[in-house]
Amino acid sequence: MSTGTAATRRRMIEQVGAGVLAAGGLLLLAPRARADLVKAQKLMKELIGDRTPQEGKVRLEMPQIAENGQSVPLTAAVDSPMTPDNYCRVVHILADGNPEAGVCSFEFTPMSGRAEFSTRMRLAQTQNVWAVAEMSDGSVWMTKTEVKVTIGGCGG
Amino acid sequence: MADIKPRIKVPKTAKKGEVVEIKTLVSHVMESGQRKDAEGKTIPRKIINRFTCEFNGKPVCEMTLHPAISANPFISFFAKVEESGTFTFTWYDDDGSVYKAESKIDVTA
Repeated sequence: MSTGTAATRRRMIEQVGAGVLAAGGLLLLAPRARADLVKAQKLMKELIGDRTPQEGKVRLEMPQIAENGQSVPLTAAVDSPMTPDNYCRVVHILADGNPEAGVCSFEFTPMSGRAEFSTRMRLAQTQNVWAVAEMSDGSVWMTKTEVKVTIGGCGG
Repeated sequence: MADIKPRIKVPKTAKKGEVVEIKTLVSHVMESGQRKDAEGKTIPRKIINRFTCEFNGKPVCEMTLHPAISANPFISFFAKVEESGTFTFTWYDDDGSVYKAESKIDVTA
């Protein structure tokens, strides 16, 4: 009998302890994460205006886990015939957990032949990377992918 | 600047209308402007902020780079070639320097 209550009490202490730790962790993380998300949303508005991005057409290939945030490979590809009347004009890459939300903007022409490019980027922490594609007809498409980062890549 | 060496990979030949892959890499610190030195002073930003590719003088693509691009920026992309000619690659540095490279391709019918 006495062992039962002791076990219950221990479990309770553990649960409360875990709760306090979790809450503390959230308090530490939340303000920064929110600020960076707002920055990314603001930049997106500057880039595409009031247009609402649709899901689809654009693909973003990145590793799920990046051991080193200094150099993370990324490939963005858009479904587009790339003809003079129907092509992908530009792909913007944004990051919602970096000190600055902008990563790069890649402008294509019909001479590109294929709407795809690759580069390597820095990630300060685990976050979502966004790819936003603007087509020649004015439509906007986007996708997000989460990359977990073991060691951040912004020096500091 | 002596330490800037663009490296380019373009196929030497292609068929008319073929879409070829181009890979570029340029040695550059891409100093983000976020880092601090030992005395706690911010190290000023110095990055390549723009990259362009032209084929026979016509624009193929252009990239705007922010500090989130890694050091020694690697960029790969595609181009559709209809005739023989020369690709011109240009990198624009924050300090006003411009780095250029060229690569020829022979296109056969």
